[in-house]
Amino acid sequence: MDIVVCVKQIPDPAAPQSFDGSNNLDRSGKLILDEADTYGVEMALQLVDAAGGGEVSVVSMGSATDVAGVRSALAMGAARATVVSDESLRGSDALTTAKVLAAAIARHPFDLVLAATESSDGYTGTMPVQLAELLGLASITFAKSVAVEGSTLRVQRQTELGYDEVTAPLPALVSVTAGVVEPRYASFKGIMAAKSKPLDVLGVADLGLAGPVGAAGAREAVVAIDAAEARQAGEKHVDEGDGAERIVAFLESIKVL
Amino acid sequence: MDSAPIWVLAEPAEGAFTTTSLELVSHARTLSSEVAAVTWGAGGQFAALAGEYGATTLYDVGDLGGALPGVPVAAAIAGLVERGGAPRAVLIPASYDGRDVAGRLSARLDRPVLTNATGLVDDGGLVTEHPVFGGSLLVRARFSAEGPGIVVVRAKSFAAEPSGGAPATVVTAPPGELGATNAATIAAHHVEGRTGPQLEEAAVVVSGGRGLGEVGAYAMIEELAGLLHGAAGASRAIVDAGWVPYSRQVGQTGKTVKPTVYLACGISGATQHMVGMKGSKNIVAVNKDPDAPIFQIADLGIVGDVHKVLPALIERLKAR
Repeated sequence: MDIVVCVKQIPDPAAPQSFDGSNNLDRSGKLILDEADTYGVEMALQLVDAAGGGEVSVVSMGSATDVAGVRSALAMGAARATVVSDESLRGSDALTTAKVLAAAIARHPFDLVLAATESSDGYTGTMPVQLAELLGLASITFAKSVAVEGSTLRVQRQTELGYDEVTAPLPALVSVTAGVVEPRYASFKGIMAAKSKPLDVLGVADLGLAGPVGAAGAREAVVAIDAAEARQAGEKHVDEGDGAERIVAFLESIKVL
Repeated sequence: MDSAPIWVLAEPAEGAFTTTSLELVSHARTLSSEVAAVTWGAGGQFAALAGEYGATTLYDVGDLGGALPGVPVAAAIAGLVERGGAPRAVLIPASYDGRDVAGRLSARLDRPVLTNATGLVDDGGLVTEHPVFGGSLLVRARFSAEGPGIVVVRAKSFAAEPSGGAPATVVTAPPGELGATNAATIAAHHVEGRTGPQLEEAAVVVSGGRGLGEVGAYAMIEELAGLLHGAAGASRAIVDAGWVPYSRQVGQTGKTVKPTVYLACGISGATQHMVGMKGSKNIVAVNKDPDAPIFQIADLGIVGDVHKVLPALIERLKAR
């Protein structure tokens, strides 16, 4: 079974975030593999293992000069990577990103596409389903468990009230939550092996995309960015055995008690 | 007011529309005199409900035959648009199925989508509002090309207010031929149990996070919620760890709550959690890390160990 995992390199979420001069997220610093994508990589490795053969490949759009994040997916065990990188892609919206990834993924046969439910920097959360539509695939989003039986996919999909058991024939696309599997840490051997695994860099011209991409293709514009109305911090007390009493007094003051 | 219609995805749930759907229908009335709701399942029975909140038309996609809603509902909406009835915008609740519909519709129509909106105003064109960077900044955005633009809106961004309108006119909107994309089928529903009020409706929400240390400590959260006649919630960290079901999760990918009081216990206040609860009227936080971001938005912050403060609080509440 061959599985493609969509991964994204993002600025370290622990570092302060800011916008660049074009109102895009500043990505000039060091990039890392979005932790949200490690679950898809791990899930893919386990499914290929269970199937007794096949290959996990990762596909990403973004920087080709800093590919440490993509290499960390290879270090976990993915066999190859494709990075679509092009100056003209800067400022791409989610739909353009989906078009680019669809074109890159369609170059090779596959059985399953995995993605995170949303990236940890943009939080748009629509790209996986847009990608499924462009590839003509069925999709099951918000998976908390994924299994393949023969050519049938069995997924537990989160719902507002619990979860649904959902099935679909392969090929298909699944977006996975952070609860789906426990990602492995890359071993030293894995990290060394990743350095020599194939990493193809493609440009927009290699994909034969119709229509403009990047900021030129985006059909949303930022009107303004302002400081949000801040919520004021109230009192803060170090508990000296009186914490519970203070909470009760507060609840009384707002008439909850 | 603009007469170009606004369409709202109205998700059916337990014999009605979801609260977020009603919030969006209500708000759409302030943007257009022509509001239509799009629903599925036994849609016709909701004509009165849709009309009561201000929709004049109710498009009914019909029975989905066990398919996930994303593909057929998006196809039905795309069909309506292609047959010449393009609205100014399609508003979609930020739910699991809503996000599926938005993504499918966007790709089908080749139209952009703006997600995580918490505001939508008419300022010479529709302008959306999106909190970013943990809610410290507010980005305003608009569509810059041909519509309809698709806007995914977070729960509790607007009030659900009946307009007392007449029942909506029901128009059937079948999805048409769908092919392989529609092959995902629901085999079974699993409803996770809960006692007390629903998380989104509760006046008091008590949530626990990683600071609880171990799964057994969540019992304190449930006991406190019970004593305060509230609902028990959770941060993503302990949901992902498998301590509590997903239906308890508060935050970006979980529920948005705006209770009278929110008690955050052992929750540091990651961005993705804060966006789900910072609209609460009052916030009380208990955390042993004095620098935890949650204290920046707490009306009352207790720097202390949840394993000491919560048992004492439970004792005091029991003694009342």
